[in-house]
Amino acid sequence: MSHSISLTVNGARHDVTLEDARVTLLDLLRERLQMPGTKKGCDRGQCGACTVLVDGRRVNSCLTLAVTVDDSDIVTIEGLAEGDSLHPVQTAFIEHDGFQCGYCTPGQIMSAVGLIAEGHAGDDLERIREGMSGNICRCSAYKGIAEAVQDAARRMAADEERKSA
Amino acid sequence: MPDPIPMPTRFGSSGQPVTRRDGVAKVTGAATFAADNHPNGLLHAVYVPATIARGRVVSMDVAAARAHPGVVEVYTPDNSLKLAGDPDAKPFMFAFRMHVLQTDRIAYANQPIALVVAETIEAANEGARLLAPVYEAETPRVTLDDAEGYKPEAAGFGAAETVHGDVEAGHAAAAKSVDLTYETPSQYHNAMETHAVVAEWDGDRLTLDLPNQAIVMSKAAYGYYFGIPPQNVLIRSPYLGGGFGSKAMSHAPVMLAIAAARAIGRPVKLMLRRDQMFGPVGHRGATRQHIRIGIDGDARMTVLDHHSLSATSTFDDFIEPAANASQGLYDAGALRSSHTGVRLDVGTPGPMRAPGEASGSAVLECAMDEMAEAAGMDPLEFRLKNYAETEPGTGKPYSSKALRECYAQGAEHFGWAGRPLEAGTMRDEAGMLVGWGMGTALFHAPMFAAEARATLRPDGTGLVETGAADMGQGAWTALAQIAADALGLPLDKVEFRAGTSDLPDGGVAGGSGHTATAGGALHSAGMDAIARLAEIATADPASPLHGAGNATIVARDGRLVVEGDEERGEDFATIIARAGGEAVVGTGGASRPPEAGAAHAMYAHGAVFAEVKVDPELYQMRVTRLVGAFAAGRIINPKLAESQLYGGMIWGLSFALHEEARHDRRTGRIVNGDLAGYHVPVNADVTGFDVITVHEDDPYVNALGIKGVGEIGITGTVGAIANAIRHATGTRVRRFPIRIEDLLAGG
Repeated sequence: MSHSISLTVNGARHDVTLEDARVTLLDLLRERLQMPGTKKGCDRGQCGACTVLVDGRRVNSCLTLAVTVDDSDIVTIEGLAEGDSLHPVQTAFIEHDGFQCGYCTPGQIMSAVGLIAEGHAGDDLERIREGMSGNICRCSAYKGIAEAVQDAARRMAADEERKSA
Repeated sequence: MPDPIPMPTRFGSSGQPVTRRDGVAKVTGAATFAADNHPNGLLHAVYVPATIARGRVVSMDVAAARAHPGVVEVYTPDNSLKLAGDPDAKPFMFAFRMHVLQTDRIAYANQPIALVVAETIEAANEGARLLAPVYEAETPRVTLDDAEGYKPEAAGFGAAETVHGDVEAGHAAAAKSVDLTYETPSQYHNAMETHAVVAEWDGDRLTLDLPNQAIVMSKAAYGYYFGIPPQNVLIRSPYLGGGFGSKAMSHAPVMLAIAAARAIGRPVKLMLRRDQMFGPVGHRGATRQHIRIGIDGDARMTVLDHHSLSATSTFDDFIEPAANASQGLYDAGALRSSHTGVRLDVGTPGPMRAPGEASGSAVLECAMDEMAEAAGMDPLEFRLKNYAETEPGTGKPYSSKALRECYAQGAEHFGWAGRPLEAGTMRDEAGMLVGWGMGTALFHAPMFAAEARATLRPDGTGLVETGAADMGQGAWTALAQIAADALGLPLDKVEFRAGTSDLPDGGVAGGSGHTATAGGALHSAGMDAIARLAEIATADPASPLHGAGNATIVARDGRLVVEGDEERGEDFATIIARAGGEAVVGTGGASRPPEAGAAHAMYAHGAVFAEVKVDPELYQMRVTRLVGAFAAGRIINPKLAESQLYGGMIWGLSFALHEEARHDRRTGRIVNGDLAGYHVPVNADVTGFDVITVHEDDPYVNALGIKGVGEIGITGTVGAIANAIRHATGTRVRRFPIRIEDLLAGG
């Protein structure tokens, strides 16, 4: 039995027919839509490498069946920058050396974007560390990650203020 | 003794905290890891792992798997994929025996017992599930007491036994001594990127997208196993999603995927599931270490006697060389490091970040504290009392050793002075038990062998090439910085090609020696290119450098100039244009001459200071501060080096408090074989960490004065944390990781 879904990924509409209901959002992105930026680290929702935004909410795409995201708006790491202009979180990760091998980085960054949007952590480092603890980094670039998220949160808040002023 | 190595290069890019050159690729998802590749006609393979640790497979429902829609082929020992090379042979370095379906015998849990190849991942996984293997199980041997010990031929890549001085006399001369037994568990690398391959054949030519820590060298391995010339193998490994020692060698699941691609005639992708990482791809073997230290009446060590019982598999040898960590550091009158192996029904261990040094240093540094305590001395004072001015045992001078400065700067930054000797006396304002501990960090400074090519292009820019590997340590950036300096070019004028096997051999990204080795080769190639260009310029009557003499010419900012008279010079592009517009190519290599290694002992050093807070009722432990001061020769990029050192220290934290693979003794399986059960630190575990890099010039270690920073951060740290817990609670736990229940039980 095939399943037809329609979803938006990074602003582009995709109509997909799945012959297999077992396909996860992660494998849909990586293997069928040829967007391998989102990474598979555990395939069990334990490491966060596959984090994407679904309707603005951060989710583990490996634990999300593709058929459940019909009509959803997905943002992945490939959709964060605007042309050559990096998202503030991306810039901050580079400046603070918030990664080494880079494999968990797409998930870390998507998680950070989600965390900042959620507004729970503000620029409080301890809360940021807690809020980012669903994303494992085996290289252990945690110090740089936490500082990058704090820095980006501050920069984005300042931008917001400037815009609303 | 060799003369100091002259350092003709002016360091420009080197020493600068440049951000990663691969940064944009890594934050945008553009960095391509092996499994991100998707050639046309791609098939997906899943290997089927044994769910017992010892016995044999009686049957599998191959028909059911084959019948599943999308399944293309199922391989089992009955129709196994034949290799040209012998998977049970060990014809070259880093060759480990592999189970590639040549037998129905099972030697460890997660051993491959079948391979399912399908049109989709989903079909392959379902086919694998449908095989439903039936086993004849035997009682597995998975703990250190389950089998008799044996005398190994080697420990890790080093000696199984090393003795300096009269060990028995050292014991006899001791006024006080400690005699201790510690245990360390098996640990698994668990790089975030699981082992993966995309294999594509074109006749007898093989292209592999494969994360690999020894890219050019591995061509020979795959050539051997598949019976093709090494030059027919192209390995692409531009980025590794972490390696930690596990991605230098060939592993059975990857071999099966490559063989299947050849048999079926279509490209095949295989990516290990996280649970499959616990078995066929190496790990840090468990140890039980017996360590004895004796001191005389003046607290000087008369003997340091360290033995490790190290686990290996039933079919191959890798003995965690834990006891060798006691060589090279403290000035003991007699020194012995020895190892016994024990064969268990586990996958073969292998090198995992600081192999031997991590588990050995953990125990050595705890034992040093126990000895200091028995002597009634401050732990730092005791270590300084036994500070080695020359390498213990050999008497060789150190090529450089700024350990005293590490102790001093680390202690000052941490505020070590005033630490009460007595345990269990410090509390914070919330009533938590507070403890301070320290440990010495030590890691050898090796060099392997590498080659490189440097090209000065007609437009005056540079191209440098070597098959180096970046698994996160920052090779893409730091090596380019070294090359830019050698060429006298700003970093942005240098293109760096690495990460593929068709380049000059970049050596092994391991042993903390990659920057020194591949960097040395790039430096040498760059200097060669400049020398060639200088020859052209000085021979050219139209050049202002004509007749200047090669020896006095140096490269600065894209120009050749006369040293000391930098007005007299000419830019690269002009020199090349006048000579006919041909690019100028230099080559070079790097390795350590044996006489250099014989003349000096070469190590990086460090001192780590830890503060822990422990709940007096629940015994929950938190590391609240961790200060590491490291002297590791020339630091090419402080930003990246500090990241490496932080990462190493966090691995130390992980060793001390988190990581352990636990076996079910009935089945032999690892019960916590995933990232939910196998604990590694997360962001919330890491707070209050500080890294200090202590300046160190080393004129002997290599032309660039580099020692390496990739692994040393683990050493010292484990002991520092364990010692801090002892200091906080009064309880000494002699088993890692230290657990709440150990403290509740009082050790």
